[in-house]
Amino acid sequence: MIELDGVCHDIGSTRILSDISAEIPRGHLTALIGPNGAGKSTLLRLIGRLESVQRGRIEIDGLDVAQTPSATLARRMAVLGQQTAISSRLRLSELVGFGRWPHHHGRPRDIDRAAVETALQVFGLSPLADRFLDEVSGGQAQRAYLAMTFAQDTDWLLLDEPLNNLDMSHARGLMARLSDLVRRAGKSVLVVVHEVNYAAAWADHIVAMKQGRIVAEGAPRDVLKDGTLSMLYDTPVAVTQHEGRPLVLHHY
Amino acid sequence: MAEMAAPFAPARRGAAGIVAPLAALLLVSSALWLFQGLGEGNRGFILALRAIKLGGMMTVAAAVGVSTILFQTVAGNRVLTPSIMGFDSLYALLQTAMVASLGAAGFAGIASLPKFLAEVGIMCLLATVLFGTLLGRGSRDIGRTILTGIIFGVMFRSARDLLSRLIDPNEFAVVQAATVVNFARTDASLLPLAATLCAICVALAMVMAPRLDVLALGRDGAINLGLRFRRLVIATLGLVAVLVSVSTALVGPMSLFGPAAFFGLIVAGIAHGLARSYRHAVLLPVAALIAANILVLGQMIFERILGQQTAMGVVIEFAGGLFFLFLLLKGRIR
Repeated sequence: MIELDGVCHDIGSTRILSDISAEIPRGHLTALIGPNGAGKSTLLRLIGRLESVQRGRIEIDGLDVAQTPSATLARRMAVLGQQTAISSRLRLSELVGFGRWPHHHGRPRDIDRAAVETALQVFGLSPLADRFLDEVSGGQAQRAYLAMTFAQDTDWLLLDEPLNNLDMSHARGLMARLSDLVRRAGKSVLVVVHEVNYAAAWADHIVAMKQGRIVAEGAPRDVLKDGTLSMLYDTPVAVTQHEGRPLVLHHY
Repeated sequence: MAEMAAPFAPARRGAAGIVAPLAALLLVSSALWLFQGLGEGNRGFILALRAIKLGGMMTVAAAVGVSTILFQTVAGNRVLTPSIMGFDSLYALLQTAMVASLGAAGFAGIASLPKFLAEVGIMCLLATVLFGTLLGRGSRDIGRTILTGIIFGVMFRSARDLLSRLIDPNEFAVVQAATVVNFARTDASLLPLAATLCAICVALAMVMAPRLDVLALGRDGAINLGLRFRRLVIATLGLVAVLVSVSTALVGPMSLFGPAAFFGLIVAGIAHGLARSYRHAVLLPVAALIAANILVLGQMIFERILGQQTAMGVVIEFAGGLFFLFLLLKGRIR
């Protein structure tokens, strides 16, 4: 479980998060939704200790992220931020190989190589394993980063807009894979999603944020309602049902 | 499938493939340097002189090659070098300030060992203060750090220019002699110390090599994988500071006045092009070997073929630059 207690965060003089207290349950696929600038990415980055906590307390499975050694956390959670360019020239297999670093610290064993191969296979990258990162498309690169995160083999996966650059089939494939990790491998996933319908279709738990605060949380059918979403995004939204899951109509 | 089962294998093969020929080339060029045209008389004297120069070149080569790669990894940028960050201007400012305050005679009167140690100490201290304050506040904003470094570099240069206009012309000549790279100036009494310091830094960098590979993924990637990012960045920049200070204090700044301003850049570019690996365990020795080869061969051409008629930097730039362009155009450097 991730526990947030009174978390505030400022960048310069701008308040990004105000007094966030929440619990993100273990063994669930949790989607973090909300409009641009709601503070979703910041919250995810704080949990993933990519930013240091300014005020409040964040614990992941009882470990305080500000106190626990980073190397210990790297075996508990894998966090994938939005991509920035890498200066090294890496092959996809090498990038994915880095996901195993927390387990071998520079001395890969057979088990690490096998995990890399599996991750490449899972994300359909085996044929591209020897290609350089700057020689593949944005979507393929995104899948390589996801494969690296997957190879890290942690209890928690924190993903910031992983659907960026992915086409329909890979986006659906990724959500199905995440859902499968939760249900079959007992992992916990926290994912920032922009397209609410992916949250509606796959998430077990939804946290909705606006202007640095949590405005709603709970099961998809409780959070994804006309009123809540219209208020959240400041635009009229209709919610209907499709095969027992909410379907959000917001595009016309 | 066999390739994929061992994703680290191709890099390793490439590594052995490039280090050995580079080392062999360096052996040959060093032997040539030592024994070519030795003549009959005074062999021992000439050999000793040449050996000292060779030692100076090796030390400087290792320092420039390794420090540039380290710096580029921290900066996440392949175009930056420590000299762009004002390291060399700082050294020149230091020399000018010393001459201005002590006078030419006083400057010449300082014993070489204390002077060397003081220079290395001050350079390291200033570099640590500079990087420490910059990285302490916004450690994630490498871009701003570097921009500030460049501005400091310009400031050091301007301060030095101002000082050199104020001092008397004879003193200025002393400054100029002290701030142009000159392997003939290599001081035999300082060489063992400088070489040892340099070797320790290179060894430390090699120990850190796997972590540097991770560091090259950038801040987020490195933190995610459990690296103590800030500590590693500061340690790496500390090594860069010591390496640059030692080599600069030993022979003068590689890049200030001569056209050798891009020596580090050329070395790092060629190293990336030839090593074809992201692994620092390969990149660092390759860069050091390339720098040593360029320096020894360049110095040989400069001294023995061109008869010291031109600046050493011209030779380095000409040959190194052409090779750099060749690799660039062949798409082996990106």
